[in-house]
Amino acid sequence: MTGFQTSTDNARARGTRRFRLDPWTAGAFVITAIVALPILTVLGAAFFPTENIWPHLWETVLPGYIISTLELMTGVAAGTILIGVSAAWLVTACSFPGRRIFQWALVLPLAMPAYVVAYVYTDILEYAGPVQVMLRDVFGWTTSRDYWFPEIRSLGGAIVVMTMTLYPYVYLLARSAFLEQSSGVGEAARTLGCSPWAAFRRVSLPMARPSIVVGVALVLMETLNDFGTVDFFAVQTLTTGMFNVWLVMNNTGGGAQIAVVMLIFVIFLLVAERAARRQRGYHDTSTRPRRPVRFDLRGGRKALAVLLCAIPILIGFIIPAGLLISYAIEFYDVSLNNRFPQAAFNSILLAALAAGVAVLIGLFLAYAVRLRKSTLLRNLARFASLGYAVPGAVLAIGILFPFGAVDNAIDGFMRGAFGISTGLILSGTIVAVLFAYVVRFLALAYGTLEAGLGRVTPHMDDAARTLKHGPAQALIKVNLPIIRGSMMTAAILIFVDCMKELPATLLLRPFNFDTLATYVYQFASDEMLEECALGALTIVAAGVIPVILLTRVMGRNRSDQEISVV
Amino acid sequence: MKYRLLAALALIAAPTATVMTAMSAASAAEVNVYSYRQGALVKPLFDAFTKETGVKVNVVFAKKGLIKRLQAEGRNSPADLVFTVDIGRLAAVVNAGLAQPVKTAALEKAVPAAYREAEGLWYGLTLRARLIYTSKDRVSKGAITSYEELADPKWRGKVCTRKGDHAYNIAMLAAYIGHYGEARATEWLRGIKANLARKPQGNDRAQVKAIMEGVCDVAVGNHYYMALMLKNAKQKPWAASANLVFPTLAGKGTHMNVSGVMMTKHAPNKANAIKLMEFLTSKKAQSLYANVNNEYPIDPNVKASPLLESWGKFPRDTVSLDTIAKNRSAALKIVNTVGYNAGPATN
Repeated sequence: MTGFQTSTDNARARGTRRFRLDPWTAGAFVITAIVALPILTVLGAAFFPTENIWPHLWETVLPGYIISTLELMTGVAAGTILIGVSAAWLVTACSFPGRRIFQWALVLPLAMPAYVVAYVYTDILEYAGPVQVMLRDVFGWTTSRDYWFPEIRSLGGAIVVMTMTLYPYVYLLARSAFLEQSSGVGEAARTLGCSPWAAFRRVSLPMARPSIVVGVALVLMETLNDFGTVDFFAVQTLTTGMFNVWLVMNNTGGGAQIAVVMLIFVIFLLVAERAARRQRGYHDTSTRPRRPVRFDLRGGRKALAVLLCAIPILIGFIIPAGLLISYAIEFYDVSLNNRFPQAAFNSILLAALAAGVAVLIGLFLAYAVRLRKSTLLRNLARFASLGYAVPGAVLAIGILFPFGAVDNAIDGFMRGAFGISTGLILSGTIVAVLFAYVVRFLALAYGTLEAGLGRVTPHMDDAARTLKHGPAQALIKVNLPIIRGSMMTAAILIFVDCMKELPATLLLRPFNFDTLATYVYQFASDEMLEECALGALTIVAAGVIPVILLTRVMGRNRSDQEISVV
Repeated sequence: MKYRLLAALALIAAPTATVMTAMSAASAAEVNVYSYRQGALVKPLFDAFTKETGVKVNVVFAKKGLIKRLQAEGRNSPADLVFTVDIGRLAAVVNAGLAQPVKTAALEKAVPAAYREAEGLWYGLTLRARLIYTSKDRVSKGAITSYEELADPKWRGKVCTRKGDHAYNIAMLAAYIGHYGEARATEWLRGIKANLARKPQGNDRAQVKAIMEGVCDVAVGNHYYMALMLKNAKQKPWAASANLVFPTLAGKGTHMNVSGVMMTKHAPNKANAIKLMEFLTSKKAQSLYANVNNEYPIDPNVKASPLLESWGKFPRDTVSLDTIAKNRSAALKIVNTVGYNAGPATN
């Protein structure tokens, strides 16, 4: 059974709500204010530049940056939707050999830092790499002038690399949406004469669309803020342009102005996402999911399904991991030293803390928005999520200044009042790094949990309220058990992303402090992939374990009691 | 609910606090460094310093944004010294008012006047020459001897460089502006852009590799990369494919950039910071630096590494580092105006 009622209808039915400052609203205001601080700092720098080079930028490089950014985003969006959605549907709705393995293995590329994948494929596909060497041997070519070979360091290369490392976002969110759909829906569609494909297109896909849209929005924000890959592949995007102006030209105003252009991109994305969600009104009302029924694939279709699931894993994970392993073995002595375990510990601790804090805050915001149904709150929460789309280094600068100001203000006050210097309390500590992670990845928590809560019918809340549960109790007793999967998804996405985070960590960290990412970067920044292979592998491994955990948690309820019908 | 939330927060706060205390527990004899130079390059020097003086060196390394951090931290910044390559960054710290002058007899004796700021706001530690690498097979010796010739149409489709807005190329262009002015510098860069074999990409070493691959015949790169490639088994063939040219600019000599050190305005450990500065300019550290990273020592009385000595002596360009720093902003605008990073096929 599926109830068709939109939450906006629901709000309207209750009439216009007067603005009240209850704990949920007040809390949401405070949180968004703090989280938005770095972005507001950047905006401030953009609108009050010391030396205005906007006209110069606009006349020279900016249009080019915008065009290539749009091309990159279009390519990556198309690629991730194609791979992510089709793979998610295959592993949840179809039955074919290896399905159980594919359903978790498809997430593996998420653990690969995109810049590492970029390095790996450059190593493999460049002139001196094994592929071209073999081609030259076979065809007797001698120099690069004798033949044409696709240039990996190009816009196309960046689209492929980013698609292969980012599609798991779409896959994960689409899969959890497909899983949370009661299978009765699919069955009903089938009894009404739909083919499996039609059932997917007309029922499953529309119901999963909010989640898919969230996934694509996340992918595009990651694409927008990526620096490592586009810089390495020499693609001139807004991000590389901003780095040039901000940190090479040392022009804060100009850099911030390009950052604002990027924010406009993001706001456009968020509006599009919201529009896509507004059109839907599907809530799954079945209380107990029925046992899933999978379409048994035969013959050519079976092979096609296996191939479709295997290729992204091969390109996004197995090949890069294989090359890293071979380097790690060869350069074992260079890479392993006493700083390594400490760096690993720091990474895991920070990533776990950040994941915990971000999920709590994201849950608070998403639930506050659901409770109050306030457009203002919703927009505030979305604004707080903007940190995700801002490149890490810019976010870090946006954190440095308010933190420094607060520290110096406290110090000044304490000196004046008590003659004690407190020095820097927050700046240059792991609190600053942690704050950066939470600001940066809150969007993952908020987006995932908002989508998760969106799939819980408001009738559930109403039912809880009739049992005299307050909002907090309703959240814990009713909503949390239902969206547990979404919470785990959010926590793991954030954990893995924090493990990979580099630019903000570099700039905000305390003295003599390394994470695995900064440790790897020392070598990777000099294109010495061999020496950093072990560190990179550890980042991957630390990401892989929770990823496997995640897919097990998500699939547990259903995968061990499956039946398959023709 | 309230208590559970509190408990969760406490769980998060406890380990955070532990780690923070562990890290703020600093010893008295220490000096804090913000370094744009990688740990592996500076660590042997700092270790030697600690061994000699007992003063601990704490380091934050980042390639971007440390100036912003210094600025944001203001008068309470823990940093004593900034370590960096490229005159542009040294000048940026000075221009932001974040440096303080240091003058000691030892520093002024070791560092020639041309490679330190007049007031003592920064001191050069090593020198790096920006060279032209040419293909051993395809370019005869003497076919190119100056930076100006990089724009000569005879090299159409045969030149490789890293991105135009990289600090090393910006400094080179700024020196060119110093001799010829902005208009001619723009024409020069336009000429090089037209000569490019491919879109600017990769680091300096990647350009030499491109020579080996036959992608280009002429590349621009810093001198010490030759030494680094010779030391690396995989990269040795790249180095072997190229000859080094010490080019001239306006008939004067080879463009040189510096790596340097400066004291921050609010340095809390001033005495130890001066100790470290003097140590780094000492004959011992200069010779260690020269051999670890194959850069030219700032002290003319210290010998470079045997490899560098084997390349022989060469004249240096005469444009002052101050002029280069001043022309940087104009140089970056020229790179954008020309659209250098977009590659050869565009206009």
